[in-house]
Amino acid sequence: MPESLFKVNIEEYMLPGNRACSGCGLSLAYRYALKALRKNTILTIPASCLTVLHGLYPTTSVVIPCLNCAFASTGASASGILAGLKALNRQDITVVAFAGDGGTFDIGIQSLSGAAERETDFIFVCYDNEGYMNTGTQRSSATPIGALTTTTPFLTKQEHKKDMLKIMEAHDIPYLASVSSSYPVDLYDKFVKAKRIKGTRYIQISAPCPPGWVYPPRDTVKIGRLAVETGMVVLFEIEDGKFQLTGRSKTLAQRGNKLPVIAYIERQGRFSKISAEQVAQLQNWVDTRWEEYLRRAST
Amino acid sequence: MTKKDDNISAMCRPAIGEAGKTGDWRDKRPTIDHNKCIPFIKKKPACFLCWLYCPDGVITATIPISIDLDYCKGCGICAEECPAKAIAMINEEGKDD
Ligand SMILES: Cc1ncc(C[n+]2csc(CCOP(=O)(O)OP(=O)(O)O)c2C)c(N)n1
Ligand code: SF4
Ligand code: SF4
Ligand code: SF4
Repeated sequence: MPESLFKVNIEEYMLPGNRACSGCGLSLAYRYALKALRKNTILTIPASCLTVLHGLYPTTSVVIPCLNCAFASTGASASGILAGLKALNRQDITVVAFAGDGGTFDIGIQSLSGAAERETDFIFVCYDNEGYMNTGTQRSSATPIGALTTTTPFLTKQEHKKDMLKIMEAHDIPYLASVSSSYPVDLYDKFVKAKRIKGTRYIQISAPCPPGWVYPPRDTVKIGRLAVETGMVVLFEIEDGKFQLTGRSKTLAQRGNKLPVIAYIERQGRFSKISAEQVAQLQNWVDTRWEEYLRRAST
Repeated sequence: MTKKDDNISAMCRPAIGEAGKTGDWRDKRPTIDHNKCIPFIKKKPACFLCWLYCPDGVITATIPISIDLDYCKGCGICAEECPAKAIAMINEEGKDD
């Protein structure tokens, strides 16, 4: 029945009773990413909450084959799997790397950049929960300014989030998309599109994390939505160099009713020590980028 | 028994409940009032937003909808996102607010 309502694959590839926390944004996003990728897929995953979700030997909660790779090697391991598939003359399988923001923005960036430069035919997915969550919420270069983490426990993080999407865009890859776990159908559609394209594709998922961001699990979808409503997260895609806003971000651009960032940060404990000056800095950061997105969308 | 591949040293096999009965994690249980539920009232496929947003995929998009309480982790997203307020989160026995 939901096939006709939402136009998504009804099959589930992530089994219930897995180890992800209650209300996990990654878990919600992963459900739809796998629905879009379907069975002829091989995953490669570095250490992260996602390896925990996949489970402990000898069982796993995911029905798609997956290699557990070493932290810094995700992009290289995808190249290796592709070489193996080529040797076996298998052309019907999509290789997908799935890493956290720590495994992408920080530790995995060199092997990802190398794989993109070699035009490796794979999809690299970064689920961005804005910290090293699996090891207890340490700061990463994806953590926003003003957030408390266990490594920025008193003064909050002092620096802005790294623009990883821009870094990947600079690799001139054929497809790049920004999605959110709160908009599963938009996420699903972009994964379906990415699967059909050849070459290196990059998808970044905004994935709210209740324990790390310090809010009740029931609010995961709401928080993710507020991230988009305030422009903290912008939904877009770049296909063969052509930029376009999508879904809710496109509507926001047309209506001009983006919310102030305070509507997003006031609902999360991780921002409980943010200073007024940092709120202003964050608002400025969001507005500058939003203006740039609007400019790009109109050309 | 499937044939052993010497190139594979450790391989997992898929299992429901890999982490056990995760329903045990719950403090609150989602409880459906079908008489408020849109597809149940209309007697046709509609809404199913609870199915869409459940991070654990434990709700069926059927009429009536049903929740697998063996594995539902009690996050409360379904109750929060239901436009008809048809799902209430009720304290599990022995667990208070
Ligand atoms: C080389 C190496 N360094 C450190 C670790 C420890 N470690 C495991 S998971 C993890 C955090 C991963 O963070 P991220 O990639 O953001 O994913 P998340 O946990 O947020 O899902 C760390 C530091 C490791 N497994 N390997
Ligand atoms: S720590 Fe956060 S990202 Fe990791 S499983 Fe829990 S909710 Fe999900
Ligand atoms: S979201 Fe509410 S109204 Fe919609 S199908 Fe689920 S329970 Fe019924
Ligand atoms: S409480 Fe959470 S896990 Fe349980 S059915 Fe609702 S959305 Fe799914």
